Amino acid sequence: MSEEKLHISSYRSHLFVLAGLLLLTAASVAVTNLEMGPLNTLVAMLIAGTKAAIVLTWFMHLKFDNKLYAIFTTLVFVIFLLVLYVTFFDYSYR
Amino acid sequence: MEKHEEHTAHVHRDDEGDKLGMWLFIFTELLLFGMLFLMYAVYRYRNPVAFQLGGDELDVFIGTFNTVILLISSATVAMSITAIQRGNKKQALILLGITLFIAVVFLVNKYFEWGAKIEYGFYPGSELLHELGHGTTLFFGLYYIMSGIHALHIIIGIGLFIYVATQIRSNKIHSTDYVWLENTGLYWHLVDLIWIFLFPLFYLIH
Repeated sequence: MSEEKLHISSYRSHLFVLAGLLLLTAASVAVTNLEMGPLNTLVAMLIAGTKAAIVLTWFMHLKFDNKLYAIFTTLVFVIFLLVLYVTFFDYSYR
Repeated sequence: MEKHEEHTAHVHRDDEGDKLGMWLFIFTELLLFGMLFLMYAVYRYRNPVAFQLGGDELDVFIGTFNTVILLISSATVAMSITAIQRGNKKQALILLGITLFIAVVFLVNKYFEWGAKIEYGFYPGSELLHELGHGTTLFFGLYYIMSGIHALHIIIGIGLFIYVATQIRSNKIHSTDYVWLENTGLYWHLVDLIWIFLFPLFYLIH
């Protein structure tokens, strides 16, 4: 808890966020049945990424906390994506 | 923490520091699972057919069910923080109880899910996997390791919930000192966060 600017999220806002996450889950399951080839994976990961961002922003309170946490968290994901990119750069040319 | 005197303001407490520490731990967790996701990506890239067939073996219904209840439990633990901030001890305990219950249900589902797979012959070192080849073995190896480490986190979460609930009951966690509950919440959202990626990768994509 931060003493200076205490932000209390209402039950309502938490339930609203939950509804959004459940809708995205339903969309993710529904989309699986469409045949889109490699796009299926991309769409599934985009939906998962969106859900993750929602959890981080509201449930994990990044929106209201010291911006440092949000910056660090973004950096962790950027580092992961960079490592993923470099790894596939290697495997694609073997 | 000693809290005998009236002027609690002088007791050493660093909630912001506690929270920063929790976030640093979360980053290491994200990188731990990140490397597992990296392995998954590379092996899937090299064994696309086997991973597709492996994914078809998993039960989408049980996966979806566990996703839904885990999301609900994330909301209830977040709401229990709201309750404690408002000084509503009873509601905080009820919401925490629901979260704890869901965590146990998740594990029970996992037990039946793994049990069915093992009974069918999909387990590390099984003859069936040996016959099906390298790619399927890798898929199920990653499935057991990744959902297994995730389940271990659920078990640790259950322990944390029980501890925090007893602290709330004995008024050690209250409306002006609840960083334990907050950090437990952060931990639980991390567990949810990882499942958000595990679910489509193992159950949905084909």
